[in-house]
Amino acid sequence: MKRFSPGKLTLPTYSFLAMAFMLIPIVYTIVFSFNDSSQRTNTEWQGFTLDKWFGVCAKPDVCQALGNSIFIGVVSTLIATVLGTALAIGLVRYRFRARSLVNLALFLPMATPEVVLGAGLAGLFFNAGVGAGMTTVIIAHVVFCLSFVVVTVKARVQTLDPVLEEAGRDLYANPTQVFWKITFPLLLPGIISAALLSFSLSFDDFIITYFNSGSVETFPKYVYVAAARGVPAEANVIASAVFLAAILIVLGTQINGAIKRKRLARK
Amino acid sequence: MAFAAFGSSPAKEHKSPTKSSKIVLALLMPGLVYLGLFFFTPLFSLVVTSLEVPAASGGIGEYEYGFAWENYVTAFTTYLPQILRSFMYATIATVIALLISYPLAYFIGVKLRTRPLLQRLMLVLVIAPFFISFLLRTIAWKQIFSDGGAIMQTIYSLGLMDKSEHFLGTDAAVIFGLTYNFIPFMTLPLFTTLERFDVRLLEAGSDLYASPAKVFRKVTLPLSMPGIISGTLLVFIPIAGDYVNAGQNFLGSSKTSMIGTIVDSEFLQTQDYPIASSLSVMLMAVIVALVGLYVRSSGTDDLL
Repeated sequence: MKRFSPGKLTLPTYSFLAMAFMLIPIVYTIVFSFNDSSQRTNTEWQGFTLDKWFGVCAKPDVCQALGNSIFIGVVSTLIATVLGTALAIGLVRYRFRARSLVNLALFLPMATPEVVLGAGLAGLFFNAGVGAGMTTVIIAHVVFCLSFVVVTVKARVQTLDPVLEEAGRDLYANPTQVFWKITFPLLLPGIISAALLSFSLSFDDFIITYFNSGSVETFPKYVYVAAARGVPAEANVIASAVFLAAILIVLGTQINGAIKRKRLARK
Repeated sequence: MAFAAFGSSPAKEHKSPTKSSKIVLALLMPGLVYLGLFFFTPLFSLVVTSLEVPAASGGIGEYEYGFAWENYVTAFTTYLPQILRSFMYATIATVIALLISYPLAYFIGVKLRTRPLLQRLMLVLVIAPFFISFLLRTIAWKQIFSDGGAIMQTIYSLGLMDKSEHFLGTDAAVIFGLTYNFIPFMTLPLFTTLERFDVRLLEAGSDLYASPAKVFRKVTLPLSMPGIISGTLLVFIPIAGDYVNAGQNFLGSSKTSMIGTIVDSEFLQTQDYPIASSLSVMLMAVIVALVGLYVRSSGTDDLL
């Protein structure tokens, strides 16, 4: 029963409109990174310029904050990815009694409002006499990145056929070889997505960072403070550049994956 | 659950044999010890702090161990408006996010199955907002809805609102921002559930003379429940604790302060740690109760 009816167009039209709505502030932010705003604020369109892109560090504090955010993002992603990948493998591959308790323990950090975790950690560090700074921010970021890494890698481990690893063992590979030659390469796409997600969560975090960073500037902190008097176009440049880089990586992996699946399907 | 969509397409799960417990311990322990130290200890420390009393020395921000449960009464009665407002915002924004996300997730998860490339592309667009600063996105809306902006100028010239009225700073503006910012967290779990939805069930329904509306109510909706429930949790909880959207420099005003606003100011400015902690503990208690309800209905395997 293939008939043309306007009703069939409602859902696609709605979906594309909804997507367009979601993209409005993104387009706005990117467009205003090209705004020739001579004053501090970047609220009205003054004309097109590339100056802000080529002179991002004209406002050194923006670049300093960006550098800190990248450093914090990379270090906390590394720690969270290692801990989270191990947890994901353990959870999928082994049956043990406390499984549901472990599931719950991993879900709760995702379900905890940032302000609660932020205040809790700040109180803990304060009581322990640890001054807020780079270390405390990284410790805090690992907490909320960890669960998201587990979720993402877990999905990948579930698609992994244990027969492949058994085959490796049958061919006299020791457990280390099995892991690095078979398990790890097969999990890699999942681990990369997890690391990307973790980095973007860390890079964009404001509330938990605000409670635990002391005098360390991060990019979101810079934007938050600047919001009171007007955010300079340089901040838009940084956000746009990060966005474009991330979207290219994600698009690349997704298209690559889709092409591979298509090829497999044809065979 | 939600972010499975981000990693890779779900496939059939392989059952695996039980292996030695030493390996399990080695895999799980580092992560669990980390969470114990830096997630569960801080929560416990919040409970301890929430019961503290002002130190005898009387300095600002100095407290000592006590059992002042009346801190909770003070926090609750003083900040009842903020508590109610937070949960009202969270409820309304979650419902709107669900209504907006469901058709979108259905389109991507069911209708686009035959076009995997387009499906992947739409999914990337759904998560695209994650890659650009949450604060800048919110500031973008603020500027779009500013009194001098094209939208407000049109509304004023059409006489829909008086020039003395503003959209920014109202409950509606804050709910708008919260809904916008958390839509992807609703769409992703819905997509994950609907992607696995067997469309033959729809045919079965209509073959049995059910109207499309009835098929939706009796077949599609019940089978979407796991996605709806986890999406609701993932949206409701962070919104209840958010205070950036409601901030005066963002979409809100002094009349839109939320629980988070108070925790922030009591903790970082007033340094009234017991009150900030008891508010946090109350918020956390509501959330643990919600998660508990979820676990009772669905178990813990679908949590992650």
